[in-house]
Amino acid sequence: MRIVVCVKHVPDLMAERRLVDGHVDREQGDGTLNELDENAVEAALVLAAELDAEVVVLTAGPDDAVDAVRRGLQMGADRGVHVLDPGLAGSDVFATARVLAAAVRTIAEQGPVDLVLTGMASLDGLTSMLPAALATELGLPQLSLASELTVVDGIVQVRRDLDHATEVLRSPLPALVSVTDQSNEPRYPAFAGIMAARKKPVDVMTLDDLGVDPASVGADGSRTEVIDATERPPRENRLLITDEGDAGARLAAYLVDHKLV
Amino acid sequence: MTTGPVLVLIDHSDDGTVRPAVRELLALAARFGPAHGVWVDASGPSPEALAELGAFGSATVHTVVPAESHHLTPVIAAALAAVVRAAAPRAVLLTSSFEHKEVAAVLGALTGAGVVVDVAALDEVDGTLVATKQVFAATWTTRCAIRTPFAVVAVKPNAAEAVRSDAGPATLLAHAADPAGAARGVELVERSERSPSGRPDLSSAQVVVVGGRGTEGDFSLLDELADVLGGAVGATRVATDEGWIDHEAQIGQTGVTVSPRLYIGAGVSGAVHHRGGMQSAGTIVAVNTDPEAPIFEIADLGIVGDLRTVLPAATAELRRLLG
Ligand SMILES: Cc1cc2nc3c(=O)[nH]c(=O)nc-3n(C[C@H](O)[C@H](O)[C@H](O)COP(=O)(O)OP(=O)(O)OC[C@H]3O[C@@H](n4cnc5c(N)ncnc54)[C@H](O)[C@@H]3O)c2cc1C
Ligand SMILES: Nc1ncnc2c1ncn2[C@@H]1O[C@H](COP(=O)(O)O)[C@@H](O)[C@H]1O
Repeated sequence: MRIVVCVKHVPDLMAERRLVDGHVDREQGDGTLNELDENAVEAALVLAAELDAEVVVLTAGPDDAVDAVRRGLQMGADRGVHVLDPGLAGSDVFATARVLAAAVRTIAEQGPVDLVLTGMASLDGLTSMLPAALATELGLPQLSLASELTVVDGIVQVRRDLDHATEVLRSPLPALVSVTDQSNEPRYPAFAGIMAARKKPVDVMTLDDLGVDPASVGADGSRTEVIDATERPPRENRLLITDEGDAGARLAAYLVDHKLV
Repeated sequence: MTTGPVLVLIDHSDDGTVRPAVRELLALAARFGPAHGVWVDASGPSPEALAELGAFGSATVHTVVPAESHHLTPVIAAALAAVVRAAAPRAVLLTSSFEHKEVAAVLGALTGAGVVVDVAALDEVDGTLVATKQVFAATWTTRCAIRTPFAVVAVKPNAAEAVRSDAGPATLLAHAADPAGAARGVELVERSERSPSGRPDLSSAQVVVVGGRGTEGDFSLLDELADVLGGAVGATRVATDEGWIDHEAQIGQTGVTVSPRLYIGAGVSGAVHHRGGMQSAGTIVAVNTDPEAPIFEIADLGIVGDLRTVLPAATAELRRLLG
């Protein structure tokens, strides 16, 4: 059995994040493995231990995106695949899905892929669209936003909490599942894991290796284009007061003065 | 220049009640072409729903009864794709819920449309649709041009004002169900819809009162303040994880995103994950005992104080002022 986990390298949430020419500025210091993808890696590792599966961590992104793959390997995944190609720059969600789908198919040439796992959203774009786009591209059943996940006898079952409802979905493998931050508590890599990860292989694949036409991805292959990006100006006239018994009344007066009630 | 109607996926509860956000979507759609509703489920809209949709700007409602569960997002997307083929719209608008963003993604993959989600405003520039959205925890605003002739846009609450007219009920236009297969083998085993709380819907509320760990589990003071202000009650992940309030009240990067006119946070530290879901609020008020709490960095009015005294005093004073 083989599980592929899609992970993304994103700018650190705590660092200042910027856009340059409509794209996420990756020059601003350190990036990290998208926190929500740690839940996907964790889910894969738990299932792999149960089902004796190989876990492959997959990313598409620039040079330092390999750090996200490394983190997955340190947590315990078996090997990595990094799709690295100058033609990727500026890819939108559908172009990214096309590339990742081609990578999953290439991985499957070495033996079937039973499960593709992703995080619920990347914390830089936060669109949550990639899992559905990738499942459609691969023609796989999609079970998204799983807060619980089980695989028994080749059947995957998830529970998902939506805005207005809670659902249980089920499908036969192979399938694509996205997991939420509620699904598990990601492990912290142990020292032994960090040492072991150094020896684990990471295959670098280009668009050519994957048989993806460069014109169909990157900025040219994308259907939407960011035409401007502006930083929100800081809030002005901010007020900080300390309660001296009258703060409740001052709060009420503030709301009335600012016509908020 | 693209023409054609603008389709609006009619978000409705399991009992067939149209969700309020749909009215805004219809008003927004009408700016770019004739607004047509699309209704996907087993039974179709009730006469009341058709009257409501007609009055809010949808003269036509397309219906599709899918072969598989209409709750599955790829099934909804396939049904929409069938209507897209028949009606040749210039755009499809949906609400920006997790489910409908997924529908948008699948529809984009099926049709080749450009897709933008979490959209706060939509405009037309030289015949191209341009979507405005906030990114990086609402610290940046981007404008995104959709280059394809047909666009799919998932829109957040309050992007347009609903417009009611005295138009009659919408006319139905039924489309053939597509053959089974869209679900790609997924089966809906169980679904339970939560009943509405009686308070305004969190994601579209104009006033949101939010409690965190500092409430120590007692949300009654927040409930009372929210009632005076006609607001919704939200929470941090700590509060929902503790089970003090339902999971769907969680505001933040992995919960609901809110953009109310007024956000009041009590006992909330202002962690970056939480900020991601509330930073675009018009006015931010924070009550926290710790003068160093990060939420004070973004609060228009910060009160260093104990929520257990500040909130009841504010509620009492507001009751007095508002009579
Ligand atoms: C991947 C990931 C995703 C996450 N997603 C979310 C999300 O979507 N939403 C979210 O909210 N969190 C999310 N979190 C959690 C987030 O990081 C914080 O842990 C959480 O927001 C903190 O909640 P809090 O402010 O209630 O608690 P704390 O950070 O513990 O803050 C409690 C505050 O209450 C104050 N306080 C205590 N007593 C009183 C009193 N009597 N009166 C007034 N103030 C008092 C304290 O000074 C303190 O500032 C996520 C975390 C991760 C790792
Ligand atoms: N470039 C990428 N490479 C690998 N996985 C990705 C990439 N972009 C997004 N993903 C996966 O898709 C999920 C949802 O991302 P998004 O749709 O961008 O919010 C993430 O949690 C990742 O698991």
